[in-house]
Amino acid sequence: MVPLWMYLVVAAALFSTGLYGVLARRNAIAILMSIELMLNAVNINLVAFWRYQKPGDVSGQVFAAFVFVVAAAEAAVGLALIIAIYRRRQSVIAEDMNLMKW
Amino acid sequence: MENFFDLVPLVVLFPLIGLLINLFAGKQLGERGVSIVAVGASAMALLVSIVLWLAQVDTGFGAVVVDAPLLGTWIDIPSAGVEIGWQFRVDTLSVTMMLVVTGVGTLIHLYAVGYMHGDEGFPRFFVYMNLFLVFMLVLVSGNNFLMMFVGWEGVGLCSYLLIGFWFDKPGDEGWKNSDAARKAFIVNRIGDFGLILGVLLTFWTFGTLDYYVPDEEPIPYHHAEHEAEPLFTPDITGVDGAESHAVSGPMGVFNQAETWLTEGDHRVEFGTVSIKFEHMLTVITLLFLLGATGKSAQIPLFIWLPDAMAGPTPVSALIHAATMVTAGVYMMVRANVFYHASETTSFVVTMIGATTALVAGFIALGQWDIKRVLAYSTVSQLGFMVTAVGVGAYTAAMFHLVTHACFKALLFLGSGSVIHGLEHGHHHVAHGEHDHDDGFDPQDMRFMGGLRHKMPLTYWTYLVGTLALAGIIPFAGFWSKDEILVDSLKLGLDDGRLDGYLGFGMLLAAAAFTAFYMWRQVSMVFYGEPRHAAAEHAGESAPVMVWPLMGLAFLSAVIGLINVPSGFPVLGWLYGEHQFANWLEESVTYAHGGEFNWLLATIAVALALAAIYVARTIYNDRAITDLERDPLERLSPRLAQAFALSNAKLYWDEVYFAFVVHPYRRAAYTLAERVDWYWWHDFVHERVIYGTFNRVTRLLTDVLDLKIIDRAFLRSAEAVRVAASRIRRIQTGYVRTYALSVLFGALLVTIIILYPVLRDLLGI
Amino acid sequence: MFEVPSLSDLNIAATLPVMSLVLGTCILLLADLFVPQERKQLTAWLAVAGLGVSLALSLLSLGDVTRFGDGDEAFAGMFVADTFTDAVNVIALVTALLGVMVAYNYLERTGTQRGEYYVLLLFTTAGVMFMGAAGDLVVVFVALELLSIPLYILSGFRRPQEASEESAMKYFLLGAFASGFLVYGIALIYGATGTTGLHDIWIAVDDIVAGDATSQYLLLIGAGLMLVGLGFKVAAVPFHMWTPDVYQGAPTSVVAYMSVAAKVGGFAALLRVLAAGMPHFVLDAGAPAAWQDTVWLVAVLTMLLGNLVAIVQNDLKRLLAYSSIAHAGYVLLAVAAAGSAGLADESAQAVVIYMMAYAFTNVGAFSVVIAVEKDDASNTGVTSMRGLARSQPWLAAAMALFMLSLTGIPLTAGFVGKWFVFKAAISADLFFAVVVGAVTSLISAYYYLRIVWYMYFEEGDGEAVIPWPLAAAISIAAVGTLFLGVMPYLLTDMAREITLAFGG
Repeated sequence: MVPLWMYLVVAAALFSTGLYGVLARRNAIAILMSIELMLNAVNINLVAFWRYQKPGDVSGQVFAAFVFVVAAAEAAVGLALIIAIYRRRQSVIAEDMNLMKW
Repeated sequence: MENFFDLVPLVVLFPLIGLLINLFAGKQLGERGVSIVAVGASAMALLVSIVLWLAQVDTGFGAVVVDAPLLGTWIDIPSAGVEIGWQFRVDTLSVTMMLVVTGVGTLIHLYAVGYMHGDEGFPRFFVYMNLFLVFMLVLVSGNNFLMMFVGWEGVGLCSYLLIGFWFDKPGDEGWKNSDAARKAFIVNRIGDFGLILGVLLTFWTFGTLDYYVPDEEPIPYHHAEHEAEPLFTPDITGVDGAESHAVSGPMGVFNQAETWLTEGDHRVEFGTVSIKFEHMLTVITLLFLLGATGKSAQIPLFIWLPDAMAGPTPVSALIHAATMVTAGVYMMVRANVFYHASETTSFVVTMIGATTALVAGFIALGQWDIKRVLAYSTVSQLGFMVTAVGVGAYTAAMFHLVTHACFKALLFLGSGSVIHGLEHGHHHVAHGEHDHDDGFDPQDMRFMGGLRHKMPLTYWTYLVGTLALAGIIPFAGFWSKDEILVDSLKLGLDDGRLDGYLGFGMLLAAAAFTAFYMWRQVSMVFYGEPRHAAAEHAGESAPVMVWPLMGLAFLSAVIGLINVPSGFPVLGWLYGEHQFANWLEESVTYAHGGEFNWLLATIAVALALAAIYVARTIYNDRAITDLERDPLERLSPRLAQAFALSNAKLYWDEVYFAFVVHPYRRAAYTLAERVDWYWWHDFVHERVIYGTFNRVTRLLTDVLDLKIIDRAFLRSAEAVRVAASRIRRIQTGYVRTYALSVLFGALLVTIIILYPVLRDLLGI
Repeated sequence: MFEVPSLSDLNIAATLPVMSLVLGTCILLLADLFVPQERKQLTAWLAVAGLGVSLALSLLSLGDVTRFGDGDEAFAGMFVADTFTDAVNVIALVTALLGVMVAYNYLERTGTQRGEYYVLLLFTTAGVMFMGAAGDLVVVFVALELLSIPLYILSGFRRPQEASEESAMKYFLLGAFASGFLVYGIALIYGATGTTGLHDIWIAVDDIVAGDATSQYLLLIGAGLMLVGLGFKVAAVPFHMWTPDVYQGAPTSVVAYMSVAAKVGGFAALLRVLAAGMPHFVLDAGAPAAWQDTVWLVAVLTMLLGNLVAIVQNDLKRLLAYSSIAHAGYVLLAVAAAGSAGLADESAQAVVIYMMAYAFTNVGAFSVVIAVEKDDASNTGVTSMRGLARSQPWLAAAMALFMLSLTGIPLTAGFVGKWFVFKAAISADLFFAVVVGAVTSLISAYYYLRIVWYMYFEEGDGEAVIPWPLAAAISIAAVGTLFLGVMPYLLTDMAREITLAFGG
């Protein structure tokens, strides 16, 4: 059987990839996707912990369901915002939004 | 009638209600409505004070502490043992002050209805006036030093608002008014600083700020035989009855102080320093004195009061003559147990008071402005009261406070009536002729003269006030001033104290100055021929203004009889000897009645009469021909020099400006320019903070991103170039900079929270 | 293995205050569809009605007049209904009421009168209330999102204005990013303790302290990452960078509300997770909780940076943003104090007192900004305060009061708040942090009083628009600020009753 730590490493790698994406991508949609990656990493963690530590109690699984519901809600709002901005500026580049600083 | 004591919150509540009504409905009510509400509120407060007074008499001067309803405990920190309540104290001292404040206050409110008629700020004026009453009554009726301080600050605020009441007058005058207001406020801050420090030290020393806790009797100071016993040594243990008054349980500050003084050898722990209780009292009383010099306009802080005359005249009468400025005297009398215990402070108090009385009396000699003369006179008379506190004559101080409130309010209102009459006359003239731009000033006495016939009622009442202030028997001022003189001389003779002699001498000279400058004023204003067209056309003021004058004139004439000294023939038998002292003794531990001294009284009255005679001779009906020169200046070159000095107020303001204001301004400017702008803004913010942040973020992004990218792109040289370009771009993206900051924070938090574990793991 | 709980087990009645609000909001969402565009103000009135009902219920519960349901739990421990919950409810609802009042005319004059504004505001409020009542990490997470997502939309409510859209975008991206950390932290805590229920975690922590090292690491990192997520919500340094930009760009009526609401929610959840969930999480016996050092260090950073940077701000909204960062630092100090044994309740009380004071003061300050702001969102510079004392003496007096309260001058609510926070921190021996707090509040006087200076001592037009709902909101805020300052015992007596159902 695959040991728990492997799942955790995969999750951590996925989380880091998402993290890197947020920091490195300029496109707002790409940033949003990277955030989704981070949330999915969390889901891997949750399900892995559930399976290995408390298989009798469904709360880990339930939590994972909550996480992707919330992720969907965030994506809906986020895409709506991005579209609103795109209509006005014809751009989804995060760097273009620098009206307010310091 | 003890239940009537519970009415005391009403004395504050009525003016509060009045001001709230006028605040929110003043515009709708109109002048009539506003006047009825404001005067009514003040009169209701007076009524309550009278009821309290009667209740006091009825219960044999019982003192009680009354909790303010609804407010509960003000500051309550059980863990620190701090509990300061909203409590009123009804005793003979506070009721005296309430009667003065509401009595004189009501008359002045009434007068102001006429005086402020037609002013566009009419409702605002009465809101401020009622607010003043609220704070003043809180000041005098509170049962702890903190409530006194609240009232103290509040009356200061009202004073500021009312001095600058006409801040919107066109041109320089508006600026002058608001400058005067600010001067008063700022100078008073210095005094207030002293007071609050004193209050804090009191709290540190005693652990409470209550004068007396409820149901606590003041430990009395027994002096069965005034004459036989030395007056100025505290003597508690040896006297019968002291034991029965021994207090157990929690004590207010005054009884605690008495107890510690009697026991001796009490020390106050101040961190690692331990201070003798007596020395602590000296420090506290000196700090209180600093507060009193601010509020009661004593040297060195008296400079604000003359400028405060920029406010409307009723304000000068109520706040800057009769009530607020006496708060310092009230405070010191309230703390008489402290002051009595410290000889050092007493000496300083006497010297400050006597010097102020003399200096201000001298400056008053050379002023042209009718209200300025009265202002310096007020400073001088406050000096009398402070001296009285210094020599331990607490009854005399309060007595003079009461009589002074009556006659000085009368004089101010009289001067207001004169000014009003002159303005009226000037209007009349200005409408008739074209040439009216002759530098006319309705407050300048040089433009007056001959008003005796134009304003007879004002003249007669003014005369009563003048005689009372000059100390001519049997007007009010004679009795109170005489008592202060007797007591200070007695301190010198009985105890051989230098300050007694010095105080006596200076006060006697100041009394002569008083008679002189007052008669100079009466001569210039009322006698002779009119020196200006406006004075010729002046007319008597409205009845609503004259009635209060007559009321106050009556009081100024007879109120001295409340405290006829012992040994005075006939009157003493008729009215009872020192009634006021007996009344006050119930709450002021070290109050005592005055004796009558034939010789001294004769000398004082003779001196005053002589000064009046000299003044009358110099300022006779034909003397003032030249508007630029005072008759005094023409007598001799030396007198001319003295007059110039007096006229320039001894250059007091100039000295302050050169030594305090100017250096302060330069320091402030330097701080603003150099430190704040060049150093803080340009250097620290722009270079250090901004620059460092930029450098740090760049460093972090460099290091972090290089590693990640290295791993991802297998350390190829190509990848480094790509990375470099990306790093550049990362620094332009703001959202991502922020995200990086979150990441940085997350790493920081993780490292810190794991630090103990990591430390153990690595064996550091 | 899995029992279906009966309806009576759920103890739904205990959630009445928040449930009534959620229900009311759903009805409002539907009702708004039938309200014609020119009469959208009706929606505001309906929102006030919904908030009012919920506030009345919360006050009844807080004042111990009635207890809804029995016991402290509902939904099998996922929802905690103790006095702390009630207190958070009251603060959130009062803030929301003020938020509706300030928006009433503001939306109309800026041309953003859309009914969903109030719906979103009420949903956010429900999110705050759920965070205060969280008895399970799932609830913390979902409530956080319920709080955040409507706020993202509200920030961009002034579309198509560029600044508003930009602020929404920044807030959204960073908020989602931070909640990624939060939920990762939750996953690790779940891994360490095998449960997400805070009560169970509270019990499990004792075993972990005694047990193996791996679980300790997981729990430590988990707690740290939760601190990141919640620290982002309350704008703690270094997770604060979104705050000035969002506050500047978002509609001011939204900022007035969210500057308080988001903080109340964040701190309530922090207390629930740290003080109620893992107060016993110590690495050495007798030491304070393992997360305490981290929290107070973050608090120190927050107080320092917020106050220092605020000094050089020239836009009122940005200045108040840094000020709100600084205030988050003070509250974090109280949260840190909860890490010492036996101080959980005292800290919770300090947080409640501080947030109550802060709610009145800060909403009031932003309301004044709304009054001077022009319809095109300009005129929010510090200089717009010039001459206000002459043209609008009451408004200026209120603003001066708010500034004094934010500084923490005695006789204002702000002083009372600071007093209790510092007291709690001193009880927990956090002397260094308290000194930093005291010094920084001195520093803060500089920029707060600068505004007072502008109002009273500089000439200017001092134009302001004060329709009656805004005036009412400012008055309530001013009276509240003054009232709590002059008679703090009312608040402290109430706060003394506040305890966490478990923990400590």
